[in-house]
Amino acid sequence: MILPTKFREFLSETGDMAHFTGRLFAQGSKPRYEFRELVWQCYMIGYRSLPLVGLTGFIMGLVLTMQLRPSLLDYGVESQLPVMVGIAIVREIGPVITALIFAGKIGSSIGAELGSMRVTEQIDAMEVSGTNPFKYLVVTRVVAATLMLPVLVILSDAISLYGAYLGVNIRSVTSFHLFFRQIFDSLSFGDVLPAFVKTFFFGFAVGIVGCHKGYNSRKGTEGVGRSANSAVVLSSILIFIIDLIVVQVTDLLGLN
Amino acid sequence: METAEQLMKVETGAVTGRPVIVIEQLCKRWGSNIVLDGFDLVVREEENVVVMGKSGTGKSVLIKCIIGLLQPDSGRIRVFDKNIPELDHDELDRIRAKVGFLFQSNALYDSMTVRKNLEFPLRRHWIELSQEKVNELVMEALGNVGLAHTVDMMPEELSGGMRKRVALARTLILKPEIILYDEPTTGLDPVTGREISRLIVELQKKYHTSSIIISHDMHCVRLTADRIAVLAGGKCRSMGTYEELEHSADEEVKQFFE
Repeated sequence: MILPTKFREFLSETGDMAHFTGRLFAQGSKPRYEFRELVWQCYMIGYRSLPLVGLTGFIMGLVLTMQLRPSLLDYGVESQLPVMVGIAIVREIGPVITALIFAGKIGSSIGAELGSMRVTEQIDAMEVSGTNPFKYLVVTRVVAATLMLPVLVILSDAISLYGAYLGVNIRSVTSFHLFFRQIFDSLSFGDVLPAFVKTFFFGFAVGIVGCHKGYNSRKGTEGVGRSANSAVVLSSILIFIIDLIVVQVTDLLGLN
Repeated sequence: METAEQLMKVETGAVTGRPVIVIEQLCKRWGSNIVLDGFDLVVREEENVVVMGKSGTGKSVLIKCIIGLLQPDSGRIRVFDKNIPELDHDELDRIRAKVGFLFQSNALYDSMTVRKNLEFPLRRHWIELSQEKVNELVMEALGNVGLAHTVDMMPEELSGGMRKRVALARTLILKPEIILYDEPTTGLDPVTGREISRLIVELQKKYHTSSIIISHDMHCVRLTADRIAVLAGGKCRSMGTYEELEHSADEEVKQFFE
């Protein structure tokens, strides 16, 4: 049976990605560990993303509150606004939007950086210098992205909820204490844990896709641009797929 | 066509040291394109061998196979009596500490200063070095290429010739016994190209290195070569000193000297 070209390319790409991921676990588990570079990447990937993630989180909370209020007013349940916003942000919107912003910023940056290093032979130079470039460049970036995204999501959620608090207070007066007490009273373990756990998978997806695209970049500067672009597109799609899977799994486990 | 065994017996020029690189029947192909097809070469201690050939004849592929960046399809590459294609990663790293590689594109790490670029291989191979010793070695390597003042500059702030010198300093910092040069003067103006060629010769005399130099630049070839190998059709078509090949009757060889 002859498979359509696009489908064959998809299968080939999936196989390459699986092999790349396998190599990551095989090489990442063996010494020498690149702790110094890992800390540097955590700083670059995590700390340097904080302003963007914080700003988008704040706007997200504020806008969501302002958009929800009229609908809740229609049903006469305006008092439930903090609960609605809190659950929406913590369970779904916070992790997914932050992960998408992260994919745009970090996925493209990793794809372009490694792609550029590949086409200018810097990765070969690293190998010749006695460094395992896969460990030094790929393992550190994937681990940093996996560890930093959950931290960013927690911070983004907090800033988002603060934005929501300000949004509530535009039209009415609610105390800070009451607003957050309402939110935390309404949240259960089943809301927080799956939302937190899935952010590790989101971070891993952004890291591995960015590294795979950049590390295997070809065709000069055009290839670098393509690597950055496809890193963002593919990791964004993967974020939604992972989200879908996590929702199904939490449903099966009765955590919803 | 001479085999590696025959080449080892032939003493051309003044170089008679022990062989440090012996390549035998090296083959490499990309799909249906045969790049190297039974290539043989011997490089001896303190000898500069220039490999010439038309574009796309596999010169860069050859030296990338020697350093283990590419895996040949068949044949043997013995460097310090170790067959490169058979080595595991750790053994290859030990060989790489003794073999420097100057990339055609320089391959300087563009996110690092010149100092960090030079420190990088030192830190990977000689972990126990103190910072004072590292600084000393960095300044010595930069002093060798006349660029001590650029130590805290970024690669983007340097000219093409300066980048080539910094790349050469980075190659030299581990005091390699063999250096592989991939078109060291390509992209440079003739004056800078000659400076780099002279530098290669000076450094070879100072550190007693053996080298394989890939080049089309006849000034560079004349200045640096103890022997020249002409690569054509995937094989070592001809081998000899500059003077010998200059008067070769082979049309393939003659065209480089016209």
